[in-house]
Amino acid sequence: MPTLVSHPDEVKVISRRFGQGAAQLDRYLELDGYKAAQMAIDNGPQWVIDTMKASGLRGRGGAGFPTGLKWSFVPKVSEKPKYVLVNGDESEPGTCKDHVIFLHDPHAVIEGTLIAGLAIGAKTGFIYLRGEYRYLLKIVEKAVADCYAKGILGKNIFGREGVDFDIITQTGAGAYEVGEESALMESLEGKRGVPRIKPPFPAVVGLYGGPTVINNAETIASAPHILLMGGEAYAKLGSERNGGTRLFGISGMVERPGVYELPMGYSMKKAIYDVAGGVKGGKKLKAVVPGGSSCPVLLPDELEVGLDFDQMAKAGTMLGSGGIVVLDETVSIVEFALRTIKFYQHESCGWCIPCREGTDWIKKSMQRFYDGGGSTKDISNMQYLAENMLGRTFCPLGDAAAMPMIAFFKKFRPEFEAYLEGKRTAKHFITTDELVGVAH
Amino acid sequence: MPDVTFTVDGQTLTAPAGTLLIDACKASGIQIPAFCYYPGLSLQAACRMCVVRIEKAPKLQTACTTPVAEGMVVYSETPEIAQARKSTLELLLGNHPLDCPVCDAGGQCELQDMTFKYGAASSFYAEPKNHREEQKWSPTVYFDRPRCILCYRCIRMCGEGMDVYALGIQNRGSSAVIAPNIPATQSEDGLAHLDCEECGMCIDVCPVGALTSDTYRYKTRPWEMNHVATVCTHCGDGCKTTLGVRATTDGSEIVRGDNRDKSGINGDFLCNKGRYGFDFANREDRITEPMLKQPDGTFKTVTWDEALLFTGTRLKDIRDTRGGKTIGVIGGNRLTNEEAYLLQKFARSVLGTNNIDHHRTADFVTLAAALRDHRDRFASQHDNETAKAILLIGGDPTNQAPLTAWNLRTNVRLNRAKLYVANHAHIKLHRQAKSFLEIAPYGYGAIAAYLSGDDGAASSAATDIEKLAHFRDALKAEPELLILVGSELRAGDLRALIAYGLTLPNTKFALIGDYVNAHGAADMGLLPDLLPGYAPVVADHDYTAEYGEHFPTEPGLNLLQIFDAAQTGDLAALYIVNANPVARFSIDPATLANTFIVIHEMFLTETARLADVIFPAANLYEKSGSVVNSYGDLQLVKKAADRAGVRTDLELLVRVADRMGAEIRKLVPFGKRASTGLRADLGQTRGVQSGEADRHAVWLTANNLEPKLSPFDPFAVLDEIQRLVPGYDLLRLQLLSGNDQHLAPQAPADLIQIDETRRDLVLPADDTLFTSGTLGRYSPKLVELQLKYAHEPVGIPAD
Amino acid sequence: MSTVSESIFTPATAERFDKLVTIYPVPRSALVPMLLYAQDDLGYVSDAAVAEIAHRLNLLELDVRNVLSYYSMLRTKPAGKFNIQVCTNISCMIVGGYDILSHCQKRLGIGHKGVTADGEFSLEEVECIGACCWAPAMQVNYDFHDNLTVEKVDSILDDYAAGRGQDVK
Ligand SMILES: Cc1cc2nc3c(=O)[nH]c(=O)nc-3n(C[C@H](O)[C@H](O)[C@H](O)COP(=O)(O)O)c2cc1C
Ligand code: SF4
Ligand code: FES
Repeated sequence: MPTLVSHPDEVKVISRRFGQGAAQLDRYLELDGYKAAQMAIDNGPQWVIDTMKASGLRGRGGAGFPTGLKWSFVPKVSEKPKYVLVNGDESEPGTCKDHVIFLHDPHAVIEGTLIAGLAIGAKTGFIYLRGEYRYLLKIVEKAVADCYAKGILGKNIFGREGVDFDIITQTGAGAYEVGEESALMESLEGKRGVPRIKPPFPAVVGLYGGPTVINNAETIASAPHILLMGGEAYAKLGSERNGGTRLFGISGMVERPGVYELPMGYSMKKAIYDVAGGVKGGKKLKAVVPGGSSCPVLLPDELEVGLDFDQMAKAGTMLGSGGIVVLDETVSIVEFALRTIKFYQHESCGWCIPCREGTDWIKKSMQRFYDGGGSTKDISNMQYLAENMLGRTFCPLGDAAAMPMIAFFKKFRPEFEAYLEGKRTAKHFITTDELVGVAH
Repeated sequence: MPDVTFTVDGQTLTAPAGTLLIDACKASGIQIPAFCYYPGLSLQAACRMCVVRIEKAPKLQTACTTPVAEGMVVYSETPEIAQARKSTLELLLGNHPLDCPVCDAGGQCELQDMTFKYGAASSFYAEPKNHREEQKWSPTVYFDRPRCILCYRCIRMCGEGMDVYALGIQNRGSSAVIAPNIPATQSEDGLAHLDCEECGMCIDVCPVGALTSDTYRYKTRPWEMNHVATVCTHCGDGCKTTLGVRATTDGSEIVRGDNRDKSGINGDFLCNKGRYGFDFANREDRITEPMLKQPDGTFKTVTWDEALLFTGTRLKDIRDTRGGKTIGVIGGNRLTNEEAYLLQKFARSVLGTNNIDHHRTADFVTLAAALRDHRDRFASQHDNETAKAILLIGGDPTNQAPLTAWNLRTNVRLNRAKLYVANHAHIKLHRQAKSFLEIAPYGYGAIAAYLSGDDGAASSAATDIEKLAHFRDALKAEPELLILVGSELRAGDLRALIAYGLTLPNTKFALIGDYVNAHGAADMGLLPDLLPGYAPVVADHDYTAEYGEHFPTEPGLNLLQIFDAAQTGDLAALYIVNANPVARFSIDPATLANTFIVIHEMFLTETARLADVIFPAANLYEKSGSVVNSYGDLQLVKKAADRAGVRTDLELLVRVADRMGAEIRKLVPFGKRASTGLRADLGQTRGVQSGEADRHAVWLTANNLEPKLSPFDPFAVLDEIQRLVPGYDLLRLQLLSGNDQHLAPQAPADLIQIDETRRDLVLPADDTLFTSGTLGRYSPKLVELQLKYAHEPVGIPAD
Repeated sequence: MSTVSESIFTPATAERFDKLVTIYPVPRSALVPMLLYAQDDLGYVSDAAVAEIAHRLNLLELDVRNVLSYYSMLRTKPAGKFNIQVCTNISCMIVGGYDILSHCQKRLGIGHKGVTADGEFSLEEVECIGACCWAPAMQVNYDFHDNLTVEKVDSILDDYAAGRGQDVK
């Protein structure tokens, strides 16, 4: 069971109810639960959207799109039913924050879904968890059932005539790509998890062809808190154009790994050294993958950067899903790069050529390189492949694979070259394919 | 849609708003490469070959998914774009076998062409390629996995285009693979297989050599064949099929049938028969020498001279002693117009008989009569592509007329045409139907009456009376309607239906007949009572003057009556041209014991076995001429293959007539020298009285045509058809260019050919996807498919 | 009672399927969950399961296979009673994920996707399972086990072998 951590620098908004039994509806109600939803009913959709806009909340799924704005794109009138879709597919390596929310505060997700539904005029919400999260699905399912029992979901909720809302929960069955919003819709429609052509965007043509708001679970779970505390107050917690706080999962070689709630714009360096207690065993820091495995790696001298979408972009990387992975001096970048591309190769949906073939060729070359059959030309070839994938694939998974690889080749070229000369400075983890077998 | 203006590579273009950039560019001659894009199928945007630079867009955009917009500025070939395409090709070639010289698609491969263009030939992968064994998925389809580039064209074609959904995609990422619908775990031989309509459209759209056809693969190289575009010999839709032919020791054989340039009436489409059903022509057991029946019942091969002399003498003798009335003539449904015309002319003017008929598969006679004063109401096959609403009553195009079914499906899918289906059976097209009405057993007559306003007929028309009423109301509300009629409706019923249809605004009609030239056989007068163009035998018309002294003026016996006459001993001779009535109409061989039978045939069919003389005949792929499909669309037939020893029916008729002592220049208007048939018109006549001048020469001159030099030239006969047959006002240039043109015959309005007192002469062929009358039995591939599909394909709804 | 007579699934699963097909705007949406529950029921998605699910959703079996083969948690061959899924993705890898994996290999004597002879255990190397902050981590069937050490793995496997393991499914 994931252990909860805590640090004085944390600003607990979304994590306010963690560890307090809030998965039980009664307890959740004691802790101001479902007040925000009733405020939303009282004040109407425009108020909700205005508040969300004022909050400066940006999507916690990775791309950081302003949530209020996204909700406002949904047409007021639509022939087809509108939907709210909660993205709990959380599969970006290094990311486990939604995990904690579903575990400790499932009602926040439900309430957020309800609020989003009220804001856009949807009567149905879906909460889609990754397939591995079966035990979390059970928690969410129970929470949903409790809500129906109490009249918080279903017809005439909170006793309000004509206010109806249903929530359907389910899991996927193992596919990173299904986290991509349109692929998620495909999966939810019972199809292969391949992305859709955009435009049209989900806000106009989404699930079952109806206008759909899709948000990350953390984004959605933030909504009730924002309504309760007011948009401006929430915005003020964060940095410029990056309102509020977010959950950061700090993992890897740190003293106190865990999921921490920090204000947007908080220093990356402090997050690693103060909040997470610094590199484990006093070892030297080698690199940081700042926001899930798709974000270009940062070197120790690049950590003076605030944890928000804009500052990270300026630093040439991304805030991503908030999964910070800390690598100490013992980690072999060659091996790390191989494991990274193996993941994307395994998860490419196979729809488009550059991603399907590109990830496969880089992986094959990386594996050979790792196994000792590489040459200097391989490094350039692999970089060429990655650079030619970038921006040319159907969906951003191709970019997600290319970006970190390009950074590894660029920032650690000497290590790749040294590797060829047998100078394998670091400890090696990966057993070769014959031993482990490749995940097909 | 209003036009928008945009620029591509500095060129200002306009196109209707909403047009996809890739199509708009193509229309202006700017070719944007694409593997996955296929017009008419859903968008894929998977291959990324069509990337272009659009000003203000941060990334390269796919031209296949971007609609043109006002003021859009596009660059289609920049170094950046070339690099993107090149790297995509490099990735593809990484695992693609580079054995183009032996690949089945070599020379006709889009990947090869692109690689040539973008110079991605250098492969810098040190990794071994994934080799996989080629798989045989069906009697017609092979799959070579490493060549597949996953463009998904085949999957979309099979599902969206064919409504079969037999191909899927399995696994993901680099393991993703096209999969057929019968998995290895569920097949007897432990290999994956296809259970489908075997149309071969997947092979057709495959841009590389991943999907290949059993009939053609590894037989030859595309450039070693001659490609001849002609008309498929099978059903009544009249698809253009391009036959790839190659020289052999005894002629030239057909090695491939496909839809090479997609320029035909069938557009993108071709079914399994058009694609694979040519193989009967290559059979070893074809009759290639004339044969005479011996007293002991065996056949002996004889010289042409002997056979012709024998036949000519016997027929002349019978005509002169027992009279033309004792001779019957039965023509086939796969003759060219010219042959059908010549056959009836031979019968009428040389044999001296009107006892002439063919196996009728739809009541074209009634259609022609009912629409006599509405010649603009004959529908063309093309109307199926564009009609806003269609009533399909009776028939089952999916089986009988696959192109018709394809066009209807496509029209519904792309143009949201409204399809109304009324049938006694749940034919597959009900899946595309906006409304399906189940007709009661034997209820076609009743439904025609009901639609015409006879409410009393309701209960015998359909079981669901309420639905029936709605159906009629819905049809009435359609501002325009194409009415396709199956062979279930004939004679009075058909007439009633057409009369009803004519009360609706903007209706057009067509009958779904069978066989490539069933319509032509009727138009050309292979009928006992009607001359070419449905002119009654008894009436006053030009033919009297043209057909000479033997021409009888009484209507003759129809097909069934001919056999009745044989039964009573009144049929002295029977002349059959490429038809198998003995099998088709279950004739007892004993009936024909005392009849002298001459037949033109390819094989020893049930009928041929009873013949006294068999002439080895060419088939439609071995001759030239014209045919009209069920809709009356006229097309050019071109000789593709050749088999030593066989002759066309046209030639055979001329030679037999010659041996009967007939004057060939009267039978076929050929040659320049004026002897009897063809004389210069000296200007003193207007061509009214026979014999005074040569009407044909006058006509030729008036039409700027030259006399044809050979009596075996089908165009000599076509000249006469065009001159004499009402409705055959065709354009030579259209015909010769390989285009189809729509003809509307003219018939006397009061004609009801099949009345209640006579037996029904229409016998539908009841062909399925894998049968094609007697001919189909001689196609090894079709037989193989029939054996495989003793049941319906597994296609059921997929959303 | 299930709406499908002679369902191959347990009555509870069959009943769940009856309901699942009704809750979505289109029945097909139930496909992915149904495949998972079918697998929970039978240990894998058999041809018969594909056929019944296709029938229940009015889909082609091919459609079901297309979807089935896409998702990495779904399998068409039986796994062990306890399927050990060791994460070796980045966060786990750098803190010993591969040590855990190779320990499991040695202890069980099987490799990736292997099944022990007695059918009790199977082993898989899997991608990130969302337990990065408690790495290294693994799942046994649907149960999470985190902050693993070799010793901890041994005691977990002992528990399952002795029938003390629980399964959230
Ligand atoms: C390959 C890929 C995987 C993704 N996976 C996830 C995911 O697991 N969870 C998530 O919330 N968003 C994921 N996203 C982002 C979603 O597409 C989408 O942007 C997000 O759910 C929107 O929610 P937000 O605006 O609240 O961030 C992924 C995107 C891509 C391209
Ligand atoms: S980039 Fe292409 S292959 Fe990769 S996941 Fe997206 S669509 Fe699929
Ligand atoms: S044609 Fe546009 S991506 Fe393939």
